[in-house]
Amino acid sequence: MKPPNFDYIRAESVAEAHAALAEYGGEARVIAGGQTLVPMLSMRLARPKVLIDIMHLAELKDIAAKGDALRIGAGVRQAEALASRDVAEKAPLLAAALPWVGHAQTRNRGTLCGSVAHADPSAEIPLVLLALGGSVALSSHRKRRSVSAADFFTGMMSTARADDEMIEAIVLPAKRPDTSTAFQEFGRRHGDFAIVACAAVVSPDGITFAVGGVADKPERRDFPALDGSPLDDAIDAFAWELDAREDLHATAPYRRELVRRMGRATIEEARRCLA
Amino acid sequence: MPRLSAERRHRVRFTLNGSAVEAEAEPRMLLTDFLRHELGMTGTHVGCEHGVCGACTIEINGVPARACLTLAVQADGATIRTVEALAPEPGRLSILQEAFRRHHALQCGFCTAGILMSLDNYLRQRPNPTEENLRVFLGGHLCRCTGYVPILAAAMDAAKRLREVPANA
Ligand SMILES: Cc1cc2nc3c(=O)[nH]c(=O)nc-3n(C[C@@H](O)[C@H](O)[C@H](O)COP(=O)(O)OP(=O)(O)OC[C@H]3O[C@@H](n4cnc5c(N)ncnc54)[C@H](O)[C@@H]3O)c2cc1C
Ligand code: FES
Ligand code: FES
Repeated sequence: MKPPNFDYIRAESVAEAHAALAEYGGEARVIAGGQTLVPMLSMRLARPKVLIDIMHLAELKDIAAKGDALRIGAGVRQAEALASRDVAEKAPLLAAALPWVGHAQTRNRGTLCGSVAHADPSAEIPLVLLALGGSVALSSHRKRRSVSAADFFTGMMSTARADDEMIEAIVLPAKRPDTSTAFQEFGRRHGDFAIVACAAVVSPDGITFAVGGVADKPERRDFPALDGSPLDDAIDAFAWELDAREDLHATAPYRRELVRRMGRATIEEARRCLA
Repeated sequence: MPRLSAERRHRVRFTLNGSAVEAEAEPRMLLTDFLRHELGMTGTHVGCEHGVCGACTIEINGVPARACLTLAVQADGATIRTVEALAPEPGRLSILQEAFRRHHALQCGFCTAGILMSLDNYLRQRPNPTEENLRVFLGGHLCRCTGYVPILAAAMDAAKRLREVPANA
């Protein structure tokens, strides 16, 4: 299990990364934490001609709280976000989900933007980004643009990112005082990818509920402030609408059942903190 | 911009266990292979080679990380510690290593180098761990023969003894 050959470019500015991406497009891969890409190289699931290392770019290393948004740069590692006070205060949903992303040893290198770029359907960070209504800041030598999480994730490990674009940051709306959030996950062992993960954002007038691990990408629904059996019915209808995957970890009906039970529990957990 | 061609070997330098080291690597060489084959530091073990088992865990810039998920060229300029750094002198074990021995926390020893490197770092950051903390943290490691009970016992014992010695001797 050794990676195939590639050239390695250590970008010294974002412009250099853009230039290399423009030159090689789909033949190039950005390498951030390498916690997903290096195993893919070793297993020969990826055979890029060129790797572009962006981890030496100081301008991508910031967690910036500006007004009512939190911007997390492509160089920020998961462990750094987990230790950040801004993340804990402005994005408690992200802080609750991060301990579920792999292990301490992988979070010390893996980045948030790398997880978003990879778009694994079971990954926690894309789920949180979708649940919070966040966005992805993309840039290339041509232009910059911002794409909402809802439009960014297009399917199993596929996204709206063009071959010559890199993710510069993810942007999360800061938690509003009248909302409360909760995250729950079910997997084989802590640190494994989720079989089902649920995120809830509740306010006095409504519920946003999102699930990961079930369909080919994270999915989200907004409900009014339901309770009791109408809430169960709404979650049940959502569970049926999901195109649930069947794999060696779990069957589709099992995943749907987890959505019903954990969904309800996650929404209730968020509500308990709303009081 | 530094661009390292796939076809050639390139100089990689970093600080390893307090000393400057250098050797050559192709861009595709994993840090595990660089440590073992280029530098002859075979204390770091290689199990799964895809990040799951934890055998290759070392300290990169002060934090535990998988050497098998790092390219040697990414480590250029880094500060690295491996299991060879733990014993204070030849013939003497560190407090953590001693605890592993006392509690029979290893059998074949394949997983041990990685677990020691994770715990050595963790116990410096969090000298008062609960057993629950340690269980979650050790979730990043697989041991296929000893079982986790003696490993946990050794870690808890080492934590206690490290609290008793003044300067983490
Ligand atoms: C044992 C183990 C357990 C894990 N468990 C989980 C888990 O439970 N949940 C989970 O979500 N993840 C898990 N992961 C993966 C997680 O650790 C990775 O950190 C994450 O998926 C990718 O982040 P990275 O920075 O390592 O990206 P890399 O591996 O460097 O890159 C991943 C992909 O994204 C692209 N990319 C990276 N950054 C950018 C950018 N800025 N712009 C454009 N493209 C980019 C790369 O080209 C590559 O295709 C696990 C990994 C391991 C090894
Ligand atoms: S060899 Fe690196 S984690 Fe298994
Ligand atoms: S001691 Fe043999 S695998 Fe852990």
